[in-house]
This record gives sequence, C-alpha cells and structure tokens, in this order.
Amino acid sequence: MENNSPALPPKQTVKLRINGAEKQLELAPWTSLLDALREHLNLTGTKKGCDHGQCGACTVLVDGRRINSCLTLAMMQEDKEITTVEGLAKDGELHPVQQAFINHDAFQCGYCTPGQICSVIGLVNEGKAKTLDDIRDLMSGNICRCGAYVNIVKVVQEALERSETR
Amino acid sequence: MKNEQIGKATSRVDGRAKVTGEAKYAAEFNVPDLTYGFVVSSAIARGKIKSIDTSKALAVNGVLQVFTHENRPGYVWGDEKYQDKDSPPGSPFRPLYQSEIQFSMQPIALVVAETFELARYGASLVEVAYKQDAFDTNFEANIEKAYVPEKYKSTPPPDPRGKPEKAFADAALQIETEYTHPSEHHNPMEMHASVAVWEKDGKLTVYDKIQGVDNSQQYIANAFGMDKEEVRVISPFVGGAFGSGLRPQYQLFLAVLAARELKRSVKVMLTRQQMFSFGHRPKTTQRLAVGAAEDGKLEAIQHDAFAETSKFEDYSENVITWPGVLYKCDNMKLSHKLVGLDVYTPLDMRAPGGTTGIFALECTMDELAYKAGVDPVEFRLKNYSEKDQNQDKPFSSKELKECYRQGAEKFGWSKRNPEPRSMKEGHNLIGWGMAHGAWEATQKEASAKAVLSPDGKLTVSSATADIGTGTYTVMTQIAADTLGLPLQDVTFLLGDTSLPKSPLEGGSWTVSSVGSAVKAACDKVREKLFKLAQQVENSPLKDAKFEEVRFTDGKISLQQDASKAVTITAALKQNGGESIEEQVDSKPADKQDNYAPYTHAATFVEVKVDEDLGTVKVTRIVSAIAGGRVINPKTARSQILGGMVWGIGVALEEEAVMDNNLGRFMNHDLDKYHVPVNADVHDMEVIFVEEKDDIVNPLGAKGLGEIGIVSVAPAIVNAIFHATGKRVRELPVTLDKLL
Repeated sequence: MENNSPALPPKQTVKLRINGAEKQLELAPWTSLLDALREHLNLTGTKKGCDHGQCGACTVLVDGRRINSCLTLAMMQEDKEITTVEGLAKDGELHPVQQAFINHDAFQCGYCTPGQICSVIGLVNEGKAKTLDDIRDLMSGNICRCGAYVNIVKVVQEALERSETR
Repeated sequence: MKNEQIGKATSRVDGRAKVTGEAKYAAEFNVPDLTYGFVVSSAIARGKIKSIDTSKALAVNGVLQVFTHENRPGYVWGDEKYQDKDSPPGSPFRPLYQSEIQFSMQPIALVVAETFELARYGASLVEVAYKQDAFDTNFEANIEKAYVPEKYKSTPPPDPRGKPEKAFADAALQIETEYTHPSEHHNPMEMHASVAVWEKDGKLTVYDKIQGVDNSQQYIANAFGMDKEEVRVISPFVGGAFGSGLRPQYQLFLAVLAARELKRSVKVMLTRQQMFSFGHRPKTTQRLAVGAAEDGKLEAIQHDAFAETSKFEDYSENVITWPGVLYKCDNMKLSHKLVGLDVYTPLDMRAPGGTTGIFALECTMDELAYKAGVDPVEFRLKNYSEKDQNQDKPFSSKELKECYRQGAEKFGWSKRNPEPRSMKEGHNLIGWGMAHGAWEATQKEASAKAVLSPDGKLTVSSATADIGTGTYTVMTQIAADTLGLPLQDVTFLLGDTSLPKSPLEGGSWTVSSVGSAVKAACDKVREKLFKLAQQVENSPLKDAKFEEVRFTDGKISLQQDASKAVTITAALKQNGGESIEEQVDSKPADKQDNYAPYTHAATFVEVKVDEDLGTVKVTRIVSAIAGGRVINPKTARSQILGGMVWGIGVALEEEAVMDNNLGRFMNHDLDKYHVPVNADVHDMEVIFVEEKDDIVNPLGAKGLGEIGIVSVAPAIVNAIFHATGKRVRELPVTLDKLL
C-alpha cells in the first residue's frame, strides 16, 4: 500500500506480570500501561480520568509502589509485579482496604475508587503518613469528584492502624 | 410495626462491584472487533472550515475512516430531531452538520481506527484551514445587551409583588450588591463515552454515559431516523455526572454515526480537555437591591440575574426564585436575562440556579444583617417565610428552624463574636459564617416493575440511573421494606431502555419519583401475596383483612398476633409455580398541587485565613438538613458531604477562565481547573433533622442530591468576611482577592 504517513514502529512483544499472572501482548510501543490494561487485557477496573497524570483514577501498584498507569508505557513495566484492583481480593475475600471502602461508604459513583484503593495501599507501604494532615496531603493525587474525602480518610486511618498492629 | 429496611444505614448494594473493578462504565464494554473513534476539535471559536484535509490520517495503516461535515451521510437535520429531554429552547448543536464553527473546540471530525492509539495519531494528522470570524465570548462586555428570552427553560420569573421600588426607597436600611459567579465545568471523573455496538441485523446496542437511557434512545432514534426498537441503550454505572449526563453529548452521535457507516462497533471517549467543550454552569452576574427596617425586617427585594447562554439555545435556570422561597417579604421584583455568547450552551450542574442564586442572596443578606446589627441566624428567623411567595403556596413541610437550632448548637454558634477580625490564631484569622438554602422536592411520573419468583426472590426494575447517588441501594431498600424481604433477596435493575420508563436522573427527584413507583409496584405484589396467603390450606389469615397484616422477615403475619403467619414462599406455592409480576405507572398525587415542596438546609462554616498569604482553609462545616424521611442515612450523609465538598470548590477554587483572545476556556484540564482534593477537606458534619411530610410523595422522602451544596459557598464567603473584614463578591475567592 502506498503510504505517505510517517512509518510507525512495529508492534513488539511485551511480557507483563499482572496480578500474579504472566501476560504476553503484541503492543505498539506507544501504548500506555493504562490502555494496555483497559483495551488489550480487558482489565477495566483501572480507570481513565484524564490520561495526563492529573487525577489519579488510573493508579496501580508496581512492585508495591503506587503509580499513574497513564504516565508510563506498558513496555517499560516488564519484569515488574503489577497489581490492579482486580488482583486485590484473594479467593473471593476482599482486601481489607476494599472492605473498608464499603463499610465507610468511601465512594459514590465508584469511578475513582480503584485508584483510591491502590493509592491507600501504596500510601501504607510508603510509611510516610503520620498525621491526619499527612494523610490528606498524600491522598491528594487522587481526585474524587463525588467528594467522599472524609470517608476515604477514615479508610486510610484504619489501614495505617492495621499495618502498625501487624 | 416499624418498617425494617427504610431508614437503615445500609452499605451500598453495588459496593462490591465498585471496589473490585467489576462495575462496568460506558467505555468498558469491550465487544469483539471493536474500533476506536477520536474526536478532532475546532481550534477557533467562530467561522467556517475552509478545507479539511484527511488524507494523511487516512494513509495511516489501521485508520478506517475520517468523518467530517463533507462526507457524513445525509440525515434529516431539523432542530426537532436533535432536541432531547433536557434541551433548552432554540436550535440544538448538530455534530458534523455544516462547515460553520459555533464555539471553540466544536467537534469537527471523528477519526476511526483499529486501535485507540492509531485513532489519536490520525486525529493529529487532520489538517484544517479556517476562515475566522469575529466572536463574542466576553461576558462583561455584553452584559448590558442581555435579553429576556422568548421562552424560559426554567420557571419564568414571577410577576412583581407589592411596590418593590417604593418600599426600597422608603426603607431605613438599604443595600445594593453585585455578585458574580464564574463558568464552571462538571468534570465527573469518568469522561463522556459511548460504545455503539453494531449488531448483525443492523440494530444497535449502545453503552452510553447518560443520566437516563431513554433520552439517548430517543435522541438516536430521532437523529438517525431509526425506530426506538432498533436501539437499545444500556448504562449500568455512571462515573459521576452532576448534570453533564442529562443531555446526550456529541460522542454519542459520532459513535452511532461511525458504527452505522462502517458496520462495525465503535468506542468514543472524550479527552479531559474535550470535557470543557460542552455544557457548563453559566457565568452569572446578579444585582440585588434589598431594603429593611432598622431592626432588619425585610421590606423590599429586587434580584436581577444576567446569565450566560449560547447564541443557539436559550439556557436558563432558577437563579432568582430563591428570595420568594427563603424570605418573607411583601415587595419583591425578580428578573432573569440572558447574555448570548459564542460558547456551547450551558447545562444544568448540581443544583443549577440554586448554587448560583442562593450564593448571591445569602451573601447579600449577610451584608444586610451586619448593617442592621443583627446576628445572621436571628436575621433569618426574623424574616422566616411560611410559604413560597412566588407561587403563593404553603410548604408541604419546613423544619428549617430546627436546622438553625441543631446546626448552631453543634457548631457552637452562640460563642461567636460578630466583630470581623475578632478571632485570631497565630497568623491565621478565624471566621465563622452561616447561610441557609432550599431546593425543590419534585415528584415526576415514573414506572417500575416488580417480579417475585416462586423461590421468593424479587427483581424490581426501572430505566433510571445511579450516578453515585445510591439509586441501586435505596430502591432495593424500598422494595425489600415493602414486601418484608431480606435485602439479599431483592435485586434492582436500572440503566436499560428495555426496562419501564423513568424520568431523567436529576433534580433530586429520583427517590421521590422512581422510589414511589417501586413502592407502588411492590404494594400491588403485596396485595396479590395476601390473597394467595389466604388460600393456603388452613391459612391463619383466612379471615384477616389486608390492613391487619404486615410483611416482615419473609412472612405475612397478623399485626396483633405474629404467630398467625404464612411465609411468602408458602403463599407463592398457591400461584401454580408462576412468578407474580406487576408493573405500575406512578404519578404525583393531585393534593401536591396545593403545596410547595422543598428541602431546606442551614450551614455553619469556620475558615482560617492566613493573613500573610491570603490562603483560605475551610476547617469546619456543619450542615443541618431537612429533607423529609431519610431512606438510607449512610448514603444520604455521603451525598450531603459531597455537596459540601462542591461548596468548597464553588467558593474557593472552581473557575473556567475564558480567554477572550481565543474564545476558549484556557484552563481546560484538571491541572488548571481546580476541584477540591483531599487536602482541601477538613472536619465536616451532617445533621438530618426530623421532618414528616405526607404530601411530598408516598415515601415522605424529599431527595438529597442538591440541597447539600446550595448553602455552603455563601456560608464560606460570609465566614471569610467575618475573618478578614473583606467582602469578596466575585467567585471563586482566590488568595489574590484577599491580599
């Protein structure tokens, strides 16, 4: 075919380890981790809220650290342990942070929720949050337009207490 | 016997789906052989497309087609074909209809490709040459050209009462103010998206982000000349909307157009930037002239609004009706004029009109209370309205006094020193302010179906939506309560045009409207069940009357003697193995016509203003709400908390800034359009005061989606005055206005 558009780089084989399972994909190199999850693996639990790292809806855990999956290419995340909201419940039992979101009604529409949940788990792993203000600051990368912040903070407090007693 | 599910703080029934990622939103239906559409947006605000060159995009392998006004198929383009259930009067925008550009970021092409990345890349290769025309986006410059629309979308301003001009001139205390509220964008976390699934027989299944699937179905059927039966619209979860999903947005039209032309399934999701290219809360300037006696008793109110609209539709909302609802005053004159600009038509945004109007009204009344030297709560008690004077109807119920009392007590209002700048903590000035508000408690016509299967499981359905409001949960509660079933035996279905008709999900009327329909359908099932229970062999209820039994714990029993009971499953056995199925169309009772139903709120706020930096922190908010019977205190509290967070955004952060050189909102992303984040939110408390209302609807519940926001922004602005002595009359109160 005659083609006067710039040549596009060929698709590449990308191996991702997601929620404990190896996934092999043929991806164009410009595919973000977020789009790889949502459009290629049908893991739509991870949400697209801006595609620019401004809202946090796409937060996932990579090797236990929370990142915006819209700001990284899928092929940059090979050989890492990626956890999405779909990988948190074990044998049908919710992760305590998931359960706490339900108990505290820490969401309304639910669209930012998977990102918030991953962010809470990442925040606990970081071990930096000591005060209420710390929690509020360190959760401010995840926008909740429904305004469930008061309840989200309760979830974080509970998660921090749990991690201390562990 | 108290009912057992209504009034219970139940966790959301869809909670598990939402915390596991199983809940599917519009863009998440990844059907086989899906293609992706990406919208090209106009770079100019007004003019014509001279030429549009799509050849480079089409040359990309994997790009299937680029739809523009030049190659789109011929449809019937009459205005009425594009009007939807929430259209204001005028000529609706028709995507790809013509070369004319009516507003900045108007969709001018859809690139469809095999992958999202290719569609996005293709869109970047579309080359457009424009003929630019002069445009008008400058609100201030056009305010004196404001006009009275031929027809209002909102309630037309009521006729003047009394002698407002004379009463104002004669008043001992006079105050004239001008308050301005900027354009704001809804920005739900989920961008608007549609997946149009091309079915083998040429029919369409469409997954759409919408606050009422019936609206999308009607729009598609009209615009594309299809039968409604050929289009099924599904929307089980909506990632927030706040009004942005009341009207079908242009991605729906474009996805359907592409699917029909390509005979393929097409997904179109807008970008966050494109979320600033359609409806928004209109910029509005309000002028108030209020007169009062020495003691603060109101004698005259004049309230004039000047609100933004587009050049093609006359959008209006109830901005100036609130003085007639909230304050007793015999001399009143209210007007609402429109300022036509080259922008997209504004759109209802959470408490449309109320948020804007109550802000200006309540700040003005705070100014007047200061002038009269009367405490703001005292001032409101002095001018308490016992009826909606606009309609001359008594309230169906109004426990606003109790809101003042309980709110003030919780907040500690009695310890307030009214003197501005009287409270300090280090370099922070502390301010306490309050405001009150109201919102309509409307009931609309709605239908619902209840199916009780032989195993005792109940499925209730209506084509409404749950935009985070808790519809799934409260409808499940209402149904379970009516039939005395445990929650887990009840399923509520929504968001599907194959279900019974429902009004748009908005206006705080869903519980009232759909809830009443759900109750009515279940009441019919109840009657049938009772008759069946009487037919059970040796039924202890054989001689009982319907009024003498109750439905609890899966049993029908005598109210006087619970041991005389028949289980629901036993009664169902009398139905020959068949389900009981009842569908009802419910509508408001005639007696409502004689009353004005409203929810009310009183909000008390503490702010800390850094004197050196001008930064404002809202450290405490207490809102007391009179909203009738609360179906679910847990989800209800969340709705009010959400409204309070929105109030912080309105007061301090949100503003879509128009660049009048480009005719475009320049801060069109979540980096520069600020919405409240976790760090902006501190202590918040919600009080529901008891309020009995037998008129508003059979449930006595008033709806809580909007009452939470209306009184928060003015209470914050009033608190800022108390802290600083500065009266800011233009929202948002950013630090530059305080320095």
